[in-house]
Amino acid sequence: MAETGTFYRRDRGWHPPPLTPQYKTSILRSPQRAPLSLENTLSELTGPVFGHDILGKLDSDLIRNYAKTGDAIGPRINVYGRVLDENGRGVDGVLIEIWQANAAGRYRHKKEGYDAPLDPNFGGCGRTITDAEGRYWFRTVRPGPYPWPNRVNDWRPAHIHFSIFGHAFAQRLITQMYFEGDPMIWQCPIATGIPDRVALEQLIAALDRNNSTHMDSLAYKFDIVLRGRRSTPFENKKEGN
Amino acid sequence: MVQKLGHLKETPSQTAGPYVHIGATPNFSGIEGVYREDLGRIMVGPEAKGERIAVVGHVLDGLGEPLKDALIEIWQADAAGLYNSPQERRGKADPHFSGFGRGATDYVTGEYRFETIKPGPVPFVDGRLMAPHITFWIAARGVNLGLHTRMYFSDEAAANAKCPVLARLEHQSRVRSLIAERSVAGGRATYRFDIRLQGENETVFFDI
Ligand SMILES: [Fe+3]
Repeated sequence: MAETGTFYRRDRGWHPPPLTPQYKTSILRSPQRAPLSLENTLSELTGPVFGHDILGKLDSDLIRNYAKTGDAIGPRINVYGRVLDENGRGVDGVLIEIWQANAAGRYRHKKEGYDAPLDPNFGGCGRTITDAEGRYWFRTVRPGPYPWPNRVNDWRPAHIHFSIFGHAFAQRLITQMYFEGDPMIWQCPIATGIPDRVALEQLIAALDRNNSTHMDSLAYKFDIVLRGRRSTPFENKKEGN
Repeated sequence: MVQKLGHLKETPSQTAGPYVHIGATPNFSGIEGVYREDLGRIMVGPEAKGERIAVVGHVLDGLGEPLKDALIEIWQADAAGLYNSPQERRGKADPHFSGFGRGATDYVTGEYRFETIKPGPVPFVDGRLMAPHITFWIAARGVNLGLHTRMYFSDEAAANAKCPVLARLEHQSRVRSLIAERSVAGGRATYRFDIRLQGENETVFFDI
């Protein structure tokens, strides 16, 4: 039976604020007025369900899912982890979609401005759905860092973009995964827009030699936490007004 | 010492960046043959109940320029006011209507467009009815945490006036930022809903 409790409030101080001036695009795109606080109604407590029937066999294998003449080129990695809620429980049926640059740091996109080479065998998108314990798994190549038009000489640390669709619209989240040991994380105006160092560390995947594939792929573990639901008996107490 | 609460912290958000469509709508972005079809492209089946409508608009930055790299997701009840979700306990939603739409703003014009149906009203937490509405979620380059808002309908003035959520706004002049204007051409209704990220008529966003 699906849970129906309301969600813990989102800790907005844990997320990057809307305006992070060192990330220039946020200056004209950040709302300036306070958001309206709203208790969860059915519109936020519900959400669509995505079944495994939408998935193709290679959707979670970025080395093969766009392959034309051979495998995508680059350091091969497994990215795996669990989706948990704030109560520490695994969340099943979560749709995870990822996108990334290729091993040279180049995106397959008409607006891409970095002229590192495209890899004809790499599209850069993948998706999967978590199992009953909230586990997921991807195989891909490690993306390269890339320069971007912000301040002169800004480079993005290697990263994989994650879109996460939990059980309710209130849990909707997009984020980025970084790689353990990368010094560029701490120079990045997007990553350091997160005010708390511990919060940013939550986005850094750990190198996990135990889950490497022999003579094939290194592994990185990246756990994701979505908002948790209240489970006290008073969760849906009606307030008259 | 007290007992530990043991709650985990939510994973922090990061911007979707300029290439969100590679991951969310790859066919739209030109990456074909990986997924059969972009998710959330079709919401309405031929047998779905309710009035067919289109919802169109732009997402505008602080200078009034349309974003051309935004991702928009919508979520709404069916014509009877039921959500197609396992958390819906009041009845069974129309199986021919998904309630979920995902779309990109056009790379040239910045316009987004959804083909959907007009939703019925859904109760607020205290049982009063909220006016019919569509939930919007916007992710884009320069947006550090996805933005939630709601679209209401200009032809539902009586319901809008009684909506407990709209009543919550301290500055009632801002209600109009949430109301989409209805126009009818060829017997079919289109609602225009522009989302303003900044400025005098900044859209009301929700902390849900
Ligand atoms: Fe990126």
